[in-house]
Amino acid sequence: MATISGLSFFQSLEIQGRVLHALMMRELITRFGRDNLGVLWLVGEPMIFTLGVTTLWSAAGLAHGGTGIPIVAFAVTGYSSVLMWRNATSHCIGGIEQNKPLLFHRSVLIIDVFLTRIALEIIGATSSFIVLSLFFIFIGWMPVPNNLLIVLAGWIMLAWLGASLALLVGAGTAFSHLVHRLWHPVSYLLFPMSGAAFMVEWLPKRLQDVVLYLPMVHGVELLRHGYFGNVVRTHYDIGYMAKCCLVLTLCGLYAVREASRRVEF
Amino acid sequence: MLSVEHVSKTYETRHGPYKVFDNVSFALRRGRNLGILGRNGAGKSTMIRLISGAERPTTGRIRRGMRISWPLAFAGAFAHNLTGLDNLKFVCRVYGIDYKPLVPFVEDFTELGTFFREPVMHYSHGMMTRLAFALSMAIEFDCFLIDEAMIVGDVRFHERCHYELFQKRKDRAFILVSHDVNAIKTYCENAVVLHEGRLFAFPNVDAAYTFYLQTLVEKPEVIEQWRM
Repeated sequence: MATISGLSFFQSLEIQGRVLHALMMRELITRFGRDNLGVLWLVGEPMIFTLGVTTLWSAAGLAHGGTGIPIVAFAVTGYSSVLMWRNATSHCIGGIEQNKPLLFHRSVLIIDVFLTRIALEIIGATSSFIVLSLFFIFIGWMPVPNNLLIVLAGWIMLAWLGASLALLVGAGTAFSHLVHRLWHPVSYLLFPMSGAAFMVEWLPKRLQDVVLYLPMVHGVELLRHGYFGNVVRTHYDIGYMAKCCLVLTLCGLYAVREASRRVEF
Repeated sequence: MLSVEHVSKTYETRHGPYKVFDNVSFALRRGRNLGILGRNGAGKSTMIRLISGAERPTTGRIRRGMRISWPLAFAGAFAHNLTGLDNLKFVCRVYGIDYKPLVPFVEDFTELGTFFREPVMHYSHGMMTRLAFALSMAIEFDCFLIDEAMIVGDVRFHERCHYELFQKRKDRAFILVSHDVNAIKTYCENAVVLHEGRLFAFPNVDAAYTFYLQTLVEKPEVIEQWRM
């Protein structure tokens, strides 16, 4: 297959593969350095956040009310989901500005910078979720997941949402500084509405209809359905979430392409 | 073959669009070289960024039929808490080559000693430039982009650069950008002048030089004569 660059699809894939590898190694050292735990902070940082939130929510008795959900499991599944849809975007926001000089290497593209950061955030959040779950299951504070496949499906949907949002918002910074300014308040305000700290079932019907417009709520509900099984009643529509993610992905890819044309030194 | 075809570049400024150059075309064949002269702010560095692909032209296109380097001795892409060795590994990974056989050359050229394995943020400006130049030499290119203003160092460094670039790699193409006529006269077989958004071509370096001197003192009638 001939492309504009004159390279075959597989040649291009090979180049992109080695660029992503190079960027990932570089990013790991620039972000975490070689001192103390080094690269382990990729997992350590989200773990500390999740543990902190778990402690606070346990102390506040957030999941009480005879719901039958263990508070630790509720907090770990909830906050880990937030990390999934939020962190990749937060790290992609400075991506263009911080990596612009790398564009002097012909094969490094804006999209590679974003894909690297998205991959690292997903790896970090996923490892943190797995390590914490195994630990709490081992000491008996968390039950074993009811259906691992559904948990995985929820996790993948949240990863997709996080990745598409990161592409769109990250590329958006090339168009306006407002994107940079607005993302932090928006993500802060989305957090309490994201379904991390409540189950949709607990809300009054009118409020349920509102929060279910947010795609992340569907992901968290799916994840918790998988984790707790029928102990809780969950509300989600995977078709709706997939549509949101698809639209975000297409808009994101388009924005990245346009942003690449706008890069200025 | 590198060909720059009807390229324009416009930047948005607070006072409206600013056109750096308009409808610029030229070509460079393998093994040949070209000097680009221009006063400060004539768009020389912009041209280098466009050719290297870091920025895209507003209109027109640039075709690259050969491997074109990043601007020689460009140190801006170094991550500051990466060591010299890390930065070597990074460019080697990007270009798909093994870094190990290159370590002796880079260590020898940069004369960094133990600093080669120290973070770049502890380097002096000269150390940074030597490392950047060595990395440019570590990767094989068909055409080098050279912004003369970037290669600042002592006499010894200049001699070694000269040897690596113009003797060991004299079969390669290069584009040398400068506001210094002597550099262009010494190294280039032909030259063009960027002036007020236009590119002026000449039969030889001397003609380009004469014209360039006129642009420095702003003689409109001479400039008009060469307008294409």
